[in-house]
Amino acid sequence: MIVVIDYSVGNVESVCKAFRHIGCEAELSRDPARIAKASGLVLPGVAAFGYAMEALGDAAEPVKEAAESGKPILGICVGHQLLFDESTEYGPHKGLGLIRGCVVPVPPVQTVPHMGWNLVELPEGMGLFAGLGPAKHFYFAHSYHAEVSDPQATTARVDYGSLLTASVQKGNIFGVQFHPEKSSRQGLQVLKNFHALCVEREA
Amino acid sequence: MLTKRIIPCLDVKDNRVVKGVNFLNLRDAGDPVELGALYSDSGADELVFLDITATIRSRKTIVDMVKRVAENVFIPFTVGGGIRSVEQIDELLRSGAEKASVNTAAVQNPDLISEAAKRFGNQCVVLAIDARRSKTRPGHWQVCVKAGSEPTDIDVVEWAKRGEDLGAGEILLTSMDADGTKAGYDNALNKAVSDAVNIPVIASGGAGTLDHLYDAVVEGGADAVLMASITHFGNYTITQMKEYLRDRGLPMNL
Repeated sequence: MIVVIDYSVGNVESVCKAFRHIGCEAELSRDPARIAKASGLVLPGVAAFGYAMEALGDAAEPVKEAAESGKPILGICVGHQLLFDESTEYGPHKGLGLIRGCVVPVPPVQTVPHMGWNLVELPEGMGLFAGLGPAKHFYFAHSYHAEVSDPQATTARVDYGSLLTASVQKGNIFGVQFHPEKSSRQGLQVLKNFHALCVEREA
Repeated sequence: MLTKRIIPCLDVKDNRVVKGVNFLNLRDAGDPVELGALYSDSGADELVFLDITATIRSRKTIVDMVKRVAENVFIPFTVGGGIRSVEQIDELLRSGAEKASVNTAAVQNPDLISEAAKRFGNQCVVLAIDARRSKTRPGHWQVCVKAGSEPTDIDVVEWAKRGEDLGAGEILLTSMDADGTKAGYDNALNKAVSDAVNIPVIASGGAGTLDHLYDAVVEGGADAVLMASITHFGNYTITQMKEYLRDRGLPMNL
């Protein structure tokens, strides 16, 4: 069972719906016991950074413990940004600190927010992007992005006048700036791949 | 670089998708939940659902429909029609929509745009404008409200600029003169508005052929093209549209 962390705001259910649509079990929860039992965790992408961290509250510790235990974790959009040390969005706010880096405004080279379908060149041999080929379009909607200081953690960038971080991985911890649950077939494939990584680790 | 977007529009009346000509003579085009799932799966970039009944009685129906649509649609979708308050927008976003479009209520109360933008972010607020060529001022268009039935004295270009200032994230620009005619978008209108604002403009009304889509982007300066008749009734698939535009050099999500 994948646990999607419930911040009780906005449309947190959409990721659950997407998992169910592709036949993967997922539930919305922030209960430490459910988090401990989960095969994998998803930090969904809703609300602003500070709000999401606050809503995470006492669930932050169990999420960090799960990360250290090797459980696969996928952060989506703001959920991906929470993986880093801190953010300047209405901030500063401290993040989970699972990957080194800071969340900063998207440089205003083109209209901000960066919203729409943009092409992501995908790294070879990365389980999260299995079966997707060398490049795919994904749906983005964000005004901040991660400046990653962990060497080699950035796995893909996206060109929006300047190069923005599109995805990261550090061991069992994955983050995507785009919304896989809103990125049609290719997005559902990313979620399917994440589920497969969770199942693989449990087996 | 962001791709140009193909957006099928589903006008919903009494739980059915319908399509007319110049906002009249509606014809049945299918079930909104089924059609939504079909488009989501066949490569559409976004969807727009417009409740064209938009009566008080239909509000609950449309929220239920949005919930059912959200179970099967894995691309962003916008819902509009009869939205009068930020509470209604909140309910639609919670039910699974990404964006809400406002039209008549925003003309009557422009603060609705700024209030919604502050609460949900600009990206959630689409300003829909129904535009009709002015008979008295050539080269100008007038804003029409109440599903196009009531012309106002408001100039479309001025209203679009004001909407951007108030915090709208996008303009959904429908030409009432071209709607449903399949004779091409009103690209003079599209160009006038897209030159005047920095937010994306969605061209709507008049798509009949593949080159109409191209012209809306290249001549009209549109960031996205919305269509109904030519896709609901099977003239072209989404993939055909996208391949055509890509082959003519536009960035497309394919």
